[in-house]
Amino acid sequence: MQDLTEPLVELIRRTSTDLPPDVEKALTAAREREDSGSAARGAMDAILQNVALSRRNSTPICQDTGTPIFYVRYPEGWSARKLKEQIRNAVAEATKRSYLRPNAVDAISEKNSGNNLGDDSFPTIHFEEVEGDEVVVDLMLKGGGCENVGAQYSLPNSALGAGRDLKGVRKAALDAVQKAQGQGCAPGILGIAIGGDRGSSYYASKEALFRPIEDENPDPELAALEKQLTEETNQLGIGPMGFGGKTTTVATKITGMHRLPASFFVTVSYMCWAHRRRRMTVRGAEVIYE
Amino acid sequence: MRALSLPISEEAIRSLNVGDPVALSGVMITGRDAAHKWMSDTFIKKTRQPQGDDLEVYEAIKPLLVGGAIYHCGPVVSGLDTKDYRFVAAGPTTSTREEPYQGDVMRHFNIRAVIGKGGMGAKTLAACKEVPGVYLHAIGGAASLIAQTVQKVTGVYKLSFGVPEAMWVIEVRDFPAVVTMDAHSNSLHADIEAKSKAELERLLAV
Ligand code: SF4
Repeated sequence: MQDLTEPLVELIRRTSTDLPPDVEKALTAAREREDSGSAARGAMDAILQNVALSRRNSTPICQDTGTPIFYVRYPEGWSARKLKEQIRNAVAEATKRSYLRPNAVDAISEKNSGNNLGDDSFPTIHFEEVEGDEVVVDLMLKGGGCENVGAQYSLPNSALGAGRDLKGVRKAALDAVQKAQGQGCAPGILGIAIGGDRGSSYYASKEALFRPIEDENPDPELAALEKQLTEETNQLGIGPMGFGGKTTTVATKITGMHRLPASFFVTVSYMCWAHRRRRMTVRGAEVIYE
Repeated sequence: MRALSLPISEEAIRSLNVGDPVALSGVMITGRDAAHKWMSDTFIKKTRQPQGDDLEVYEAIKPLLVGGAIYHCGPVVSGLDTKDYRFVAAGPTTSTREEPYQGDVMRHFNIRAVIGKGGMGAKTLAACKEVPGVYLHAIGGAASLIAQTVQKVTGVYKLSFGVPEAMWVIEVRDFPAVVTMDAHSNSLHADIEAKSKAELERLLAV
């Protein structure tokens, strides 16, 4: 089995310092929409300058490099145990090279491990054995500010008048974005999961954030709701950084799951403008970064 | 964009209104949870006796804070072993955690500008009116850009709190921020919260 430690360090470097083109394009479009001279426009200018500067200097886009969340798809014959070891080594090495800030704090002792290695879920790694012969590693860095404003609703919710249907999902999502204000470093991207249990629903809501900003949901009903939620959350007028303005949400990605007859969860994961996610594909000796 | 130099005069503070973009230049000091608790417990509420270098640090930071600015920031700093400090990443951190202390700290030191992200509450807004002072919202996540405005790190106090929590004295040039709470009792945060709430009610009724 190949040693992927060094390619993984490079994956982390790219994710932390080089914002994906689809995200940057959407932020540039958001900038154009804000009135010139407004605080919102100024915020978007600063964000875009910061993105360019980080790429040029190979320094973290944001000092909160978040929880590293890995999704690994590997073919038969690869060892998940060894891959995990290599990922953990790569995370520690990337921290040493200042691509990541030491972020793993023991919740009981308050001690920061200093190398981003905590318990089994820090970094978070999801494994799945797949057909074919490629290893595909997706990485997302999920910052604390935006993670804190994520929310889960158990429907029905009488305060919102939200029932167990897509109309209820819409109401829950609108409420989550209004409550978040600018605290999650708006403008944000919404990852929404409908169904599941509390745990699987959060997991799926983050996985939805890997979808390209401009893709369309294959389910026409969900595609319509995604569009509607992006438009309606923008009507809230929260704007970049909560300064007021036209863009609060850049895109919405929704995924449906199975649920228990007794439960109906709507989970909203909020991703800040610094939507750091990258993919690495290993095809034989070749490593391809997207 | 309004250019502001530190320390800021009372007159300049009163001329600022929510929504104004500013560019700050001069010397400021960073402080977050540990620093605010230390200032409050040791010198304001006096629930704890000064110890170690407390009094020395107090005398050193006081002239920097009078009429000056405090920045809620946990920077990434290079040159820790050589003491040739440089700010690598220096975006703002969430300010609400300092809400219990900030108003009293502002009054005690006569601080004219509090810089952070996410805004603060009624107690800080009241202090902004009294002192007078403003809350300046920096751009969350713009860590590299802000670090570039830091010309020099001129000193550090209470490094024992840890690098992010220490009080770093920095010289900035054209540090970008927006006034979101002013000395006239206006808060852009309260305003946006109320407007978006009304809009939410309308959308929920559809
Ligand atoms: S929410 Fe995102 S951009 Fe804002 S400080 Fe956290 S990681 Fe950085």
